[in-house]
Amino acid sequence: MNAAPRLQVESGAVVLSGDWTLAALLPVMTTVRMSLKDGNLLRLPWDLSAVGRLDSAAAVLLWRTWQGRWPAQLKVSPTQRRVLERVAAMPSAPPAAAAGRVTPVERLGRPVLGVLDHLYGMVAVLGQILIDLAHLMRHPSEIPWKEITANIYKAGATGLPVTALVGFLIGVTLSYLSALQLRSVGADLLIVDLLGISIIRELGPVLVAVLVAGRSGSAMTAQIGVMRVTEEIDALTAMGVSRSLRVILPKILGLTAAMPLLVLWASVMALLGGMLAAWVQLDFSVVYFIERLQRAVPVANLLIGLGKGLAFGLVIAWVACHFGLRVRPNTESLSANTTRSVVTSITLVILLDALFAIATKEIGVPQL
Amino acid sequence: MNTPVVEISGLRTAIGGRDIHRGLDLAIGRGQILGLVGGSGSGKTTLLRQIIGLMAPTAGSVRLFGEDLHRAGRVAQRELRQRVGVLFQGGALFSALPVFDNIAFPLRELRALDEDWIRRLVELKLAMVELEVHHGTLMPAELSGGMVKRAALARALALEPELLLLDEPTAGLDPKRSASFVSLLGQLQRELGLTVVMVTHDVETLKGLATHVAVLADGRIAATGTVDEVVAAGNAYFDNLAGNGEAF
Repeated sequence: MNAAPRLQVESGAVVLSGDWTLAALLPVMTTVRMSLKDGNLLRLPWDLSAVGRLDSAAAVLLWRTWQGRWPAQLKVSPTQRRVLERVAAMPSAPPAAAAGRVTPVERLGRPVLGVLDHLYGMVAVLGQILIDLAHLMRHPSEIPWKEITANIYKAGATGLPVTALVGFLIGVTLSYLSALQLRSVGADLLIVDLLGISIIRELGPVLVAVLVAGRSGSAMTAQIGVMRVTEEIDALTAMGVSRSLRVILPKILGLTAAMPLLVLWASVMALLGGMLAAWVQLDFSVVYFIERLQRAVPVANLLIGLGKGLAFGLVIAWVACHFGLRVRPNTESLSANTTRSVVTSITLVILLDALFAIATKEIGVPQL
Repeated sequence: MNTPVVEISGLRTAIGGRDIHRGLDLAIGRGQILGLVGGSGSGKTTLLRQIIGLMAPTAGSVRLFGEDLHRAGRVAQRELRQRVGVLFQGGALFSALPVFDNIAFPLRELRALDEDWIRRLVELKLAMVELEVHHGTLMPAELSGGMVKRAALARALALEPELLLLDEPTAGLDPKRSASFVSLLGQLQRELGLTVVMVTHDVETLKGLATHVAVLADGRIAATGTVDEVVAAGNAYFDNLAGNGEAF
């Protein structure tokens, strides 16, 4: 083990003994630093010949104590002198850091440029996809069926249980809460209209989009990101395999195809939940619920819901791929881009939903 | 001072039902530079992971500085680990931090040094591994393969460890860089009085650096001793290795 570092002033000289290493210094750090603070020590001769080991951490400590100069008299072994000399050779002042003053114009401009940069990147991804699609039209044998179906399975099939559960519970909650209100005004019948239109047209697609953005969108960004970190993307390119054709395109096509199906599935589950709650709460028979659903909800609502699913799927995969491609080879960038991917796609989905609402306000809503 | 730095006795390691080590014994004395050699999959890297304590032995014991890492308490464990520096095969630099912060990381973890002290130490380590001060601002992804090794070595040396573990220190370097890295390692070992354990395939590295060799085969140490002893004893793996490179 280490012998504790000791400092003594003997017959007008500073005598150091023990091991002067980082490990030995740590337990007695405060005491040693206190005793080194004494300004009078500087003028005395120093005797380091009894020191067992001297490492660079201790050498830095001594050199700072000597205020960057060799003491007038110093007794030290050649090996330890070399350690000290190495410290002495280092520049004492830190290299001047570049002054980082930001003007207000810069502070405003940076985020704007950042957004433009993202828009540019997203358009580039979409453009590449269109080019790839055109290429595939002419060379149908190159269509990456395996990757596309794998993505449909990953984003769609494995997402069935969670979307079913969430959809069902939302249906139950919505139906239960509305039933209480509707009964108080004697409009029990309208529960079917309410659930039918709100779930099929609005809740189903948005709910699934939020779930999928968190589930599949983040996974896509992380996967592409790690492929970039580990240079797998470069390996693909080096083998003559187009990264956009084999990695990006299947993700976008796969999710765009899987989303409407998930929306349909989740909507059915939510209606089932609503139906169950209406039966328990309002004594509504299931047969009557289904019968009324057909009359209360025009088919246009289902088409709008599925259309939204298609658009949301495209947006989520598109955003996910865009952010995945922007991951720089470090862990911090990977986590930041994954977060951004999910937040951006959910925000865009809700924005898009509002646009859908405005564009389709005349369609599929029974006029009173 | 006579306790071996590393003492492995009766080590058995089973991974997925397969025995990697079957009753392995090895003692490494202070100041030795031990080259750990053996065929691919003979468990060299696993043995290194056992020494660091990243894996628990299935049976047997691994003692560092006379203490069993897996029996030691949290604080004792940390203190033991601070006496060991590891150079991982791929460098394992923290990719989110620039080189400077990578090297400063173990120093800051001590929570005992001020920033000026840390800065001087980091610059010292950078100079030790022959990197420039301005390289400290680079991110690990911006470094070449040789620089990654050097930066990782600087980080491994940050706490002035007594034991340095190297996993394939020269893998992926061209012969010239590899030779300069070997001479750098040798020079640092002499100056700092390190004990070094290294896993390597490279004859040149072994010849240039190792004082002792341990040959791993069939989950045991097939031969161990100074380089000359092992060569004289004529171990099959070693002959093969030496035959492929230059003759010893």
